[in-house]
Amino acid sequence: MLDDLRELYQEVILDHGRHPRNLRRPSDANRHAHGHNPMCGDSVVVHVTVDEAGVIRDVAFEGKGCAISVASASLMTEVLKGKTETEATALFTGFHDMCTRDGESGAAEGSDLERLSVLSGVREFPMRVKCATLAWHTLNAALAGADNVTTE
Amino acid sequence: MSKAAASRVTSTPGDNSVAALDVARVRADFPILSQQVFGQPLVYFDSAASAQKPRQVIEAMSHAYETCYANVHRGVHRMSQLTTDAFEAGREKVARLLNAGSADEIVFTRNATEAFNLVATCFAGAHMGQGDEVVISTLEHHANIVPWQMLRDRLGIVLRIVPIDDTGNFLVDDYEALLGPRTKLVAVTHVSNALGTVVPVKQVIDLAHARNISVLLDGCQAVPHMKVDVRALDADFYIFTGHKLYGPTGIGVLYGKSERLNALPPYQGGGEMIASVTFEKTTFKAPPHRFEAGTPPIVEVIGLGAAIDYVHGLGYEAIAAHEHGLRAYAETRLSRVPGLRIVGTAREKASIVSFVMDNAHPHDIGTIVDRAGVAVRTGHHCAQPLMQRLGVAATARASFALYNTREEVDVLTRALESVHEIFG
Repeated sequence: MLDDLRELYQEVILDHGRHPRNLRRPSDANRHAHGHNPMCGDSVVVHVTVDEAGVIRDVAFEGKGCAISVASASLMTEVLKGKTETEATALFTGFHDMCTRDGESGAAEGSDLERLSVLSGVREFPMRVKCATLAWHTLNAALAGADNVTTE
Repeated sequence: MSKAAASRVTSTPGDNSVAALDVARVRADFPILSQQVFGQPLVYFDSAASAQKPRQVIEAMSHAYETCYANVHRGVHRMSQLTTDAFEAGREKVARLLNAGSADEIVFTRNATEAFNLVATCFAGAHMGQGDEVVISTLEHHANIVPWQMLRDRLGIVLRIVPIDDTGNFLVDDYEALLGPRTKLVAVTHVSNALGTVVPVKQVIDLAHARNISVLLDGCQAVPHMKVDVRALDADFYIFTGHKLYGPTGIGVLYGKSERLNALPPYQGGGEMIASVTFEKTTFKAPPHRFEAGTPPIVEVIGLGAAIDYVHGLGYEAIAAHEHGLRAYAETRLSRVPGLRIVGTAREKASIVSFVMDNAHPHDIGTIVDRAGVAVRTGHHCAQPLMQRLGVAATARASFALYNTREEVDVLTRALESVHEIFG
């Protein structure tokens, strides 16, 4: 229909939106947070299993939302396993910049950030940036030990 | 416009009882409708959130600022007197719009939300204590929920909620069963902002009055679409907002029967609402000024007056006929879009069509139709309890106004077909 829309709703996003990965509640998760977007009423719960060394062993989510927010949560769970908390935080910063700043993301080929770059089309849709970042804000809250976060 | 052309744009072909709305001429009155969005003509289907303004309103406000402006009810100087006259003429127009008994029954507020808070605060102050009950409905906007919850937490009042059926009808029998010896006030919407349901408010009022219970109606979505007669309804309080009636923001209206307003204490304290002030004691003015502390929204009232003139100039019958025709057309067209389901199919509806689509979240729908130039509201419509009742997180909502056309509905329909193509 229009290039911007095709860029936003890429096949990868539609696929993750329809068939989200790691949509579950792991029994051994030891960090949880609830994220809420007051504008649309969407909410997500992120569950993280962090081991004693600070490595993310498992990450999953529950919730419903638009294609962008579900796809972003799903992709997030795929790239985070095996990362340290510090690496996860750095990925969030890189992802957030990619969603809000113009220009090339500078993500190295084959990197996790490059995998997430399918979501960078939200730059052209400022009202939708919060959809793409809700799961990540919630992850941050879970790692920081907070229970709740909103996008406001 | 010729007679033939006029009949081309009427929404009720074959119905000669109502003079058809000349939509082409109406559209020419709204400068914003010539704007483009993403290179497409703006199709504005979000008037239930806020309506666009005709040139007559914009010019009345500019004219006031340029030729007739000072503070009101204060100086003896000429400009203050002229501005006060224009301001109070706005109050008279609102009184006539609602068929109030007197302009003194019209209180100006910042918006409808402030009017709800005013009634909640002052009515509770005068008439309510712990264990007393307020009846609201499942259809309410947050503005008619949260102020009562705040009172509940502060005073220990009890909220009773009238249920709806699956199609969005207000259930009158269940409502009647909720009215009890502790019910002090019924506060329900006239027209649902999220679904368009028209509540049988005359019946609601009669049932309450039979038990000496006062009734407050939320008319925000009613006044733009239908003639409201507060005396025929016998409403005790009636609230609406200017910006949904083609007027400016910053101006809300509370109608209250004289005897009801007279029984209420002031809302906020300050200038304008006092009769006399000493450091020992202050006496308050009579309504409506008792409830209008501080400098009021002067030019906004003048703008609202111009909006009322505009609506009366077209006539409610013609507006209603046009909007009902549009809604029926939209419901027919939209229901043929694959995977689309209309949410809210009550027996009587105003010109609002809420819908959801399989596999496409309302936000994704909103983003895609926006690129076709179509503005629809997506989300919970400030009615989250209603969304929960209906089992949806959100809907997309197209709301129709006097300037919309069937051609615009066709644009929306095509855009929704492309949503279906993307999301399947």
